[in-house]
Amino acid sequence: MKDQLNYLAARAAAGLMGRREFLGRAAALGVTAASANLLLSGAVKAAGVKKGGTIKVGIQGGGASDSMDPAVAANATATQVIRLWGEPLLELAEQGGIWPRLAESFEASADARVWTFKIREGVTFSNGKTLTADDVLATMERHSGEDTKSGALGIMRGIKSMKAGDGLFVIELETPNADLPYLLADYHLAIQPNGGKDDPTAAIGTGPYIMKSAEPGVRFVAEKNPNYWDDTIGHAETIELIVINDDTARVAALQSGQVHMVNRVPPRTAKLVARAPNITVHTTSGPGHYVFIMHTNTAPFDNKDLRLALKYGINRQEMVDKILFGFGSVGNDTPINSSYPLFTELEQRMYDPDKAAFHLKQSGYDGTVLLRTSDNSFPGAPDASALFQQSAGAAGIKMEIKREPNDGYWSEVWNKQPFCTSYWGGRPTQDQMFSTAYLSTADWNDTRFNNEQFDQLLFAARAELDEGKRTQMYADMSTIVRDEGGLICPMFNDFIDGISDDVQGIVDAKQGFELNNFYAPMKMWLA
Amino acid sequence: MGPALKLVVQRIALGLLLLLACSVLIFAGTMILPGDVAQSILGQSATPEALANLREELGVNDPPVQRYFEWLFNALQGDLGTALTNGLPITESIGNRLGNTLFLAFWAAVISVPLAIFLGLLAVRFKDRWPDKLISAVTLASISIPEFLIGYLLMYLVAVKLRWFPSVSMINDSMSLGEKLSAIAIPVAVLTLVVLAHMMRMTRAAILNVMQSAYIETAELKGLNMFQVIRRHAFPNAIAPIVNVVMLNLAYLVVGVVVIEVVFTYPGMGQYLVDHVSKRDVPVVQACGLIFAAVYIGLNLIADVVSILSNPRLRHPK
Repeated sequence: MKDQLNYLAARAAAGLMGRREFLGRAAALGVTAASANLLLSGAVKAAGVKKGGTIKVGIQGGGASDSMDPAVAANATATQVIRLWGEPLLELAEQGGIWPRLAESFEASADARVWTFKIREGVTFSNGKTLTADDVLATMERHSGEDTKSGALGIMRGIKSMKAGDGLFVIELETPNADLPYLLADYHLAIQPNGGKDDPTAAIGTGPYIMKSAEPGVRFVAEKNPNYWDDTIGHAETIELIVINDDTARVAALQSGQVHMVNRVPPRTAKLVARAPNITVHTTSGPGHYVFIMHTNTAPFDNKDLRLALKYGINRQEMVDKILFGFGSVGNDTPINSSYPLFTELEQRMYDPDKAAFHLKQSGYDGTVLLRTSDNSFPGAPDASALFQQSAGAAGIKMEIKREPNDGYWSEVWNKQPFCTSYWGGRPTQDQMFSTAYLSTADWNDTRFNNEQFDQLLFAARAELDEGKRTQMYADMSTIVRDEGGLICPMFNDFIDGISDDVQGIVDAKQGFELNNFYAPMKMWLA
Repeated sequence: MGPALKLVVQRIALGLLLLLACSVLIFAGTMILPGDVAQSILGQSATPEALANLREELGVNDPPVQRYFEWLFNALQGDLGTALTNGLPITESIGNRLGNTLFLAFWAAVISVPLAIFLGLLAVRFKDRWPDKLISAVTLASISIPEFLIGYLLMYLVAVKLRWFPSVSMINDSMSLGEKLSAIAIPVAVLTLVVLAHMMRMTRAAILNVMQSAYIETAELKGLNMFQVIRRHAFPNAIAPIVNVVMLNLAYLVVGVVVIEVVFTYPGMGQYLVDHVSKRDVPVVQACGLIFAAVYIGLNLIADVVSILSNPRLRHPK
């Protein structure tokens, strides 16, 4: 049977058989879809990468007002464009950990306060200039200076001093941070010649492609950089990005063969899209999650029993099935899931009307709780609120839902009202996620969470270089948030990409954004 | 100076005055827009320092009256400023987008206007018989269905199922005219369906109105056939209302096609405007507003002038 499978996989890899047909035959031989896919991707690699041609990407999230300056990039299209022409020092590896890019290697001092990065030699920018540690320094200065408008400023704040020389780039931090390599994988931090101080929008970098034409919000064309240092990525001769913000139009472009891949297939139609013969729907579980948030310092939510009653009163699986249409996973009332590097599985909290009723009784609260929601707080938020109302009602919790207008939701309701729906895109590390929203002094502490033990653990974990100990600390912190906090996190939403069978080489990634962390156009090739 | 010429000059002067008034309204309107451009540019990851720095750089703190006159003066010289969000010169970006919008509007007009008038004449010729009823039913149905729905339906049938024309109407300079026309085939079809009914019904109504006149009866009694009566006697006298509605629809084809642009990913003015409104990019919104107002006023001006000139009483005063 094994020989037969390998034979089939080789045929599929050579393009003599469709992927779907292969999966069908593999299933007939009693092989699960997951292992058949794995077998196929191995066979495809073995069959060899094909170079050349044009890969077209239909991408959501760009507008005519986008700038080419990586410092102010704030959407999927801008991120994808930066990935083409530029590179950061370090990148997230698909299977977890760090993928070295312009920093060949790095090491930290024993207290995680001083970090030294060895800059790759022999790399040139697309304008011919050779990359030096001074360019890296200038880039970091531009993103962290007093007058910067960089979206990466928040993560650059803790830097005390930086210096460059002898092909080394050294960062000294105010306080220890073992996660610095992950922070430097931020998409804003593409290294530019002289840090882009001369012309931040020039799109000159060391990336695998060179921009040939850029019409913000419309179309971007990039050609292979002939001097690129890493020949494992960048297979197509040309990559064309077409900005298609309308969901139906983007999917139609994929179905009609005008583009090879699209990001953000709407969950509602993803199963229908997957039925088309030449299209695969590829999902990546990410750190993004949809939440119901309670202010732990505001009555009645300052009552821990009432919070627990609500946490037991939500049916997480139902939310994943009906709001995400199965394209996601259940949450556990902590913002952390398996997409984080040092993740430990906690005991899953289930829907339990009896426990909810018990805690409601304990709380002594018999009034109505007011939940505010809006269409833009997350896709399907009003429906999710109605489901929550039903499941909590079964436990005797009286909930009233108030629909708020989309306009002004983020300035008037979120982080202002005591109980509302919202979403988080997630962060690359636990430290960043917890520091952004759960540290008692954080600007965006949208659950008004104030727990001394949690804060102490956060700072201790930041300075801890022993991964085992850090993993345990983060597990403890998640437990505290889950049991004490104001966060009800029913679900983590997947990234859903649509991929045509005309291109090959997508991998199942454990971390990063959609489209293989926006590397799919460079890592894939035309079949 | 004849009364017709005097009226035309008056209309043009009024049009210019109206445009000036529009510029004040647009400027005032964009001033009172809620929201903050710096917050919109930086998004969720903005920090207070970054916001303050960006606001300073964008210069959104000068007095409004001064900014209005500076803006108007520059706009008259063809300089619409630079976009706050991406720092690109607006005149250049809009030039491209306006060219695309006019390209789409032109081809939609080339097909829809003659078709609408022809169908209108046909409907009059066969008034209350089946061709009239069929034409009315089809065009009224197509104007009643929301345009994005027609767009999706045609996209599914023509682009995804039949694969005759592309679903993404992206055009660029490196394409030949044939390729461009193929790219915009579906949106042109949708726009034609959307504007057809209005012009067709107006043509039909205007001509039927004229057909009640005594001189039409005379023409019929002279022995002319129906088509000749319509062509030689009815149509010239119905031209004023028809031109009016045609111009109204042409203006719609230029300023009102944002939904079609979004659905077909067509790089025109509408999408450009919407992208910048959502980012509170005021100079671009003002520039687009001014251009849209100019197009609207200009086309209505043409309609007025044509009606004046087509009126024999004004052309040949006693």
